[in-house]
Amino acid sequence: MDEAIRAGTVEVVGHGGDRIQAYFAAPLESESRPGMVVIHHMPGLDRQTKETVRRLAAQGYFAVSPNLYWREAPGAEPDDAAAAVRARGGVPDERLVGDVGGAADFLRAQPLASGKVGVIGYCSGGRQAVLAACHLPLQAAVDCYGAFVVGHPPEGFPMAISNLVGLLPRLRCPLLGLFGEEDQHPSPAETSELDSLLTSHAKEHDFRTYPGAGHAFFAVDRPSYRPEAAVDGWGRIFAFLGRTLEG
Amino acid sequence: MCTYLTMRLEVAGSGKGAAGWMRVTTASVYLDHPAHAPDDHTLNVDLLNPDLGPAARVALELEPRSARQLAEAILALLPDEPEAATG
Repeated sequence: MDEAIRAGTVEVVGHGGDRIQAYFAAPLESESRPGMVVIHHMPGLDRQTKETVRRLAAQGYFAVSPNLYWREAPGAEPDDAAAAVRARGGVPDERLVGDVGGAADFLRAQPLASGKVGVIGYCSGGRQAVLAACHLPLQAAVDCYGAFVVGHPPEGFPMAISNLVGLLPRLRCPLLGLFGEEDQHPSPAETSELDSLLTSHAKEHDFRTYPGAGHAFFAVDRPSYRPEAAVDGWGRIFAFLGRTLEG
Repeated sequence: MCTYLTMRLEVAGSGKGAAGWMRVTTASVYLDHPAHAPDDHTLNVDLLNPDLGPAARVALELEPRSARQLAEAILALLPDEPEAATG
């Protein structure tokens, strides 16, 4: 593998048949490839998310990240789009599922697609990765410190969000969870609860909670970056994807 | 963490954004990840005019101590009855 890729903006058909912008990267080598949908975090489809898409492509995956804010803010800068969507209460769960499903269909339609598709999300996207995996025919899901998969948002919470406890029996693929021991959302108690719930539902999952790391330990340009956890986490991600998508 | 914690309110006034002065009608106030400030979390304020599009925005990302000092300064300057300041 020479890691050569092409990357750029594409259009995918999302929830309700809406055409939304997405960022797509693909290996140049002409071999059958699995796909990965990258769910961006609350700050939007930003440079960091695009770097993740390209990293997955360099590793041999068709990778795409749908712009979940495209409807409210077509063509806007990611931070402006994030502010506009936040002011309207966030992305509805039903729409998220439709957009991830559309992105997965886009990947399966690539000429060299193997047909297997996984999903990965960070922060708010971590919860949304689990949400998507409960609704869509995916083969792998990675939740990086997603809050409110279990637990309850604070009273008076202004954004339309609920936990996913009731959906967990419908989880359709193996789940890799990567968390920080110093994180409060999700807290170690919450990820332990999620671990127990998935075990009770006989759902395949693999969790790792890193000591000395809090939220967003993968974010290389934030003070929260923890190189040891991030490097180990990337290794676990690619081992997990190799097992679930390439077997 | 993505706190999601957001307060939204209607406001009346003007702000200067990337395209110059504009009327602002909506404010979002939230404690969450910043887009630019070199901190894990900041107190963020968006003053918006949704009718003019997503870019019609005046954005602040303040270190929490600075945000509190700003809030106290605002409250110290305003009379208890804001209408009294408009006469």
